[in-house]
Amino acid sequence: MGIAIYILAFVFILLGVYALIAKKNVIRIIIGIGILEYGVNLLLVLVGYRKGGMAPILANGQSSANLAGRAVDPLPQAMVLTSIVIGLSITALAVALAIRLYDKYGTFDMNDIRDLRG
Amino acid sequence: MGVELVILLLIVFMIISALIAVEASDLLSAVIAIGAAGFALCAIDLLLAAPDLAFPQVLVEIITLVILIRMIMTRQDTSRQTPKDTLRTAMVMLACGMFLIVVFLAVGGMNTSGTIPSFGRPVMGSFDDTGVSSQYLFRCAQDTGAANVVMGILLDYRAYDTLGEATVIVVAILGGYAVLRRIGRKKREVKS
Repeated sequence: MGIAIYILAFVFILLGVYALIAKKNVIRIIIGIGILEYGVNLLLVLVGYRKGGMAPILANGQSSANLAGRAVDPLPQAMVLTSIVIGLSITALAVALAIRLYDKYGTFDMNDIRDLRG
Repeated sequence: MGVELVILLLIVFMIISALIAVEASDLLSAVIAIGAAGFALCAIDLLLAAPDLAFPQVLVEIITLVILIRMIMTRQDTSRQTPKDTLRTAMVMLACGMFLIVVFLAVGGMNTSGTIPSFGRPVMGSFDDTGVSSQYLFRCAQDTGAANVVMGILLDYRAYDTLGEATVIVVAILGGYAVLRRIGRKKREVKS
């Protein structure tokens, strides 16, 4: 079951790579970046999971040693939290660029944009 | 067992939504499908004992959906369907298959010793482990005074990372403003 979960997470990442490579529509490329980002975040959180673990938050009256023995890995979660916010900035910047492209060329299709140059 | 099965089903749901997002002919349905995948990711985060990730993910998801739908609604999509190419599709499938075989061996399939730790058993051990994650969990309360270890790491142990994150956000906002501004741009003839 564990191996199946990991492999499905990688399949999800592959879908993002496929959208980046094969699609010619700017919005679909942005969606592909989003899928890639979700997949990598998911994989990192999966790697830090402990079976039956609790969230890394100290409960009232709980000792630190008890928490260290039972909680899931907090380090991937902290890094993924950074990555989520950066992903939003990436999406926003990409959308701004796509809007400028549309204003200039009147289309989202990369083939048409390439034909119009020159 | 129960949690793992639910996570598995949610990942399958995410894959189906991503497939719809990549292949749907209508851009609006594609954007809505990617939103569905994001909310499924929030549910998985909650199941994986990561509530600190689920809430920002919901916020980011809503903002992304608003931005993308706002961009699509007022603009006409004139892109045409790319013609099917059998050789290219076969090459892509072959590359994906090889990648998945490597992944299968990396997670320890076929009784090999994988490089990724097996699911449910993170690299950290008990509190007397000298690894960085165990030490964070063990010493966070007395070092930083924070009950939430993730926030203790984010805002104290690795505060420079958070500073870099804030820098990235500022640069992205400045970049978006510079790209989208109307004032101060040199007037030029627009090709339609």
